[in-house]
Amino acid sequence: MEVADKSTFKWDSKIPTGPLTEKWKTHKNNVKLVNPSNKRKFNIIVVGTGLAGAAAAASLGELGYNVKAFCIQDSARRAHSIAAQGGINAAKNYQNDGDSIWRLFYDTIKGGDYRSREANVYRLAEVSNNIIDQCVAQGVPFAREYGGTLDNRSFGGAQVSRTFYARGQTGQQLLLGAYSALMKTVHSGKVEVRTREEMLDLVTVDGTAKGIISRNLVTGKIERHAADAVLLCTGGYGNVFYLSTNAKNSNVTAAWRCYRKGALFGNPSFTQIHPTCIPVSGEYQSKLTLMSESLRNDGRVWVPKAKGDKRPPNQIPEEERDYYLERIYPSFGNLVPRDVASRNAKNVCDEGRGVGESGLAVYLDFADAIQRDGLKAIQDRYGNLFEMYQKITDENPYEVPMRIYPAVHYTMGGLWVDYNLMTTVPGLFALGEANFSDHGANRLGASALMQGLADGYFVIPYTIGNYLVEVTPGEIDTDHEAFVEAEQKITAELEQLLNIKGSKTILDFHRKLGKIMWDKVGMSRDEEGLKEAIAEISALRKEYWTDVFVPGQQATYNKYLEYAMRVADFLELGELMARDALERPESCGGHFREESKTPEGEAKRDDENYTHVSAWEFTGVDSAPVHHREDLVFENVKLTQRSYK
Amino acid sequence: MSTQDNISVNLKVWRQDGPNDKGRFEDYSLKDVNTHMSFLEMLDVLNENLMKEKKTPIEFDHDCREGICGSCNLVINGIAHGPEARTAACQLHMRHFKDGETITIEPWRATAFPVIKDLVVDRNAFDRIMSAGGYVTVATGNAPDANALPISKVHADSAMDYAICIGCGACVASCPNSSAALFTGAKIAQLSKLPQGEPERKQRVKSMVEQMEKEGFGDCSNFGECEAVCPVGISISAIATMRTEYVKAMFS
Repeated sequence: MEVADKSTFKWDSKIPTGPLTEKWKTHKNNVKLVNPSNKRKFNIIVVGTGLAGAAAAASLGELGYNVKAFCIQDSARRAHSIAAQGGINAAKNYQNDGDSIWRLFYDTIKGGDYRSREANVYRLAEVSNNIIDQCVAQGVPFAREYGGTLDNRSFGGAQVSRTFYARGQTGQQLLLGAYSALMKTVHSGKVEVRTREEMLDLVTVDGTAKGIISRNLVTGKIERHAADAVLLCTGGYGNVFYLSTNAKNSNVTAAWRCYRKGALFGNPSFTQIHPTCIPVSGEYQSKLTLMSESLRNDGRVWVPKAKGDKRPPNQIPEEERDYYLERIYPSFGNLVPRDVASRNAKNVCDEGRGVGESGLAVYLDFADAIQRDGLKAIQDRYGNLFEMYQKITDENPYEVPMRIYPAVHYTMGGLWVDYNLMTTVPGLFALGEANFSDHGANRLGASALMQGLADGYFVIPYTIGNYLVEVTPGEIDTDHEAFVEAEQKITAELEQLLNIKGSKTILDFHRKLGKIMWDKVGMSRDEEGLKEAIAEISALRKEYWTDVFVPGQQATYNKYLEYAMRVADFLELGELMARDALERPESCGGHFREESKTPEGEAKRDDENYTHVSAWEFTGVDSAPVHHREDLVFENVKLTQRSYK
Repeated sequence: MSTQDNISVNLKVWRQDGPNDKGRFEDYSLKDVNTHMSFLEMLDVLNENLMKEKKTPIEFDHDCREGICGSCNLVINGIAHGPEARTAACQLHMRHFKDGETITIEPWRATAFPVIKDLVVDRNAFDRIMSAGGYVTVATGNAPDANALPISKVHADSAMDYAICIGCGACVASCPNSSAALFTGAKIAQLSKLPQGEPERKQRVKSMVEQMEKEGFGDCSNFGECEAVCPVGISISAIATMRTEYVKAMFS
């Protein structure tokens, strides 16, 4: 495998010099500004309208840029940010419990197992407070105390209450806030929202992003859109595992096409497996449903002490229950970070102590909380989540403990970006979950909403100008040969998929890929399994291109054709994820290598050799990518073995 | 409600090739439907079967499958989102159907929501109502400290009761007049409960109501069907609030 110094790649993380607490302030003072009358000359494309995309499009439109925002759904309001339940972190210290920007920064970098950049994470903590102010001003109805001030709850990996929430629908309320800001700029004419339109390629001219090729999902028409900068806000790629908590249409295609055009992909194997999801119930299952981490504030996680104990939970006496998180981690208890909670759930199920029909579940029990705080209090806190659980499982969680199991939820990896959120393709930026930047090897709960909005509202409006001042606006139009070529390639690819007319459905392949990923690139990984995964995925990809059946035609609404393109890209991504996991023999955060654990079975990092970001360069679909590394420098925090005991 | 693990169902599904084509019902039957399946998973299975026979699958909108994105829009046995109260079609499970039952599946039907294909409709009219005034005009970076303005818990909770609208359009589909009053009223009611909504209060209700009429949605005549099918239980009091706000805005 190649290493950075052999590469011709030029990259720079552009982290400002100076003390950590001053970097962002100094940078904001030093970035070049675009004159207000010049802003209207620049066209900016924003792909995706979740928290990052809607916030960025609205904020850039307000500044005077011309923005075109794209989403694959029928409305910008439906992006998957809407499904985030629990909350959003901020260092307001409204609870007087000792919180500060420093502590939020420290918890986030420690929670990420020291595999993220100090400067980025500090900036995130710094702007977190502005986000809450902004959202309240938009009319987001956060939960409040009787006195009228904002309420907070606790989340995993922190010992302070810093999570703001709106019942169990925080993502919905924040996204509707950002969406309303977006609609306001649509009204003022600065932003055009193009719904049901999917980016299928990035157009570059001399290596610089100059636009995109998209497909109108209603008519099937392939369209060209030129711009002076492209912002990728397309979320994560958890659906590579087939079953995940992501929305069915969430995909990697836009990001993957950027990778193919020269954007490095950072830490692709860093995946978050969320500990509290409703367990799989059958083969037909199309997706998994998350039960918010906030439930661990009041719910107690347990399994029977004895293996194979099949008694109903209420018949298992207290002394025969193992509240294993409270037992192993007395100081954090049920509120350990997600990676730790997930791994422990897997361990107890592997020991044969799992519950439910499949034995792949643990209990999350609210009996004590209901007795302590009353039914009404629990209903107020989690009513909609309990209702959702009952709809899906047909069991009443007020009476019977919930059954939960880990599921793929979030991808910390993504397009590599510098401090300005620009990828290695000039003019191409990546925001929110689509980039790799702030969560290291594990994301803490309530930090995804924070990062999406931080990038969109408070980072990109400053950093994009620094790039644009060097660009001649409107230099390239859609008649340029780069657009013609890219359009022809995409049209040919769609035709090719439709013409295979094979014997297996797209879903057959996606399920198979998902199984390889879950078994070998999932919660625990080892060298042998990863090597097998690489070979198996590569073989499955070849089979896909000879034996898949894609129905219908190109020039029409055709959801399965959309799906076929996405699965084609997942079949390339899966292999890269396995390669990335193989290249990192240490364990860190959600990346757990069987070869690297402490005597207690916890993830064991190798700081001497692996304190870096892995960033991958595309060289061709069937040729090995080039591995680059960005060394992470820690000047402000001391790297310690994470302990939540 | 079925207590069996597997049932068989007959389906009558609306098929329409494009916006300008004539639609028709087509019949399908499906055996061994696991009752723990969601309704949309049942449609997935039907589509897999169709594709294995090299037939064209049924198009339907869906995304989060958790009842929050508002994408799914099926009229099931004549009821928007189907027989279970406060449940979006994606959260409806097959255990609520009987063995051998015939299930009719149609798209939302409203002039303002033209059919795109099969069960997929165009709901962009909702976006245009929102862009007419469903927001607070505050530019990024202008906000005071979040706790600078206390809001009573009662008002915040009440605003939240309206803010949870998922924008699916079931209210329109179930209304004999195809009125969008519940959708529009929910946003107006949310912002009328909050001090942040105050400065644009009058302009907002006027613009949103005008846009709603322009889009071809009908008037509300208090049937209450919208509240009955709303998957998140938005109260019809939203419409009363919208009317009060509108009258206040017009005559003051």
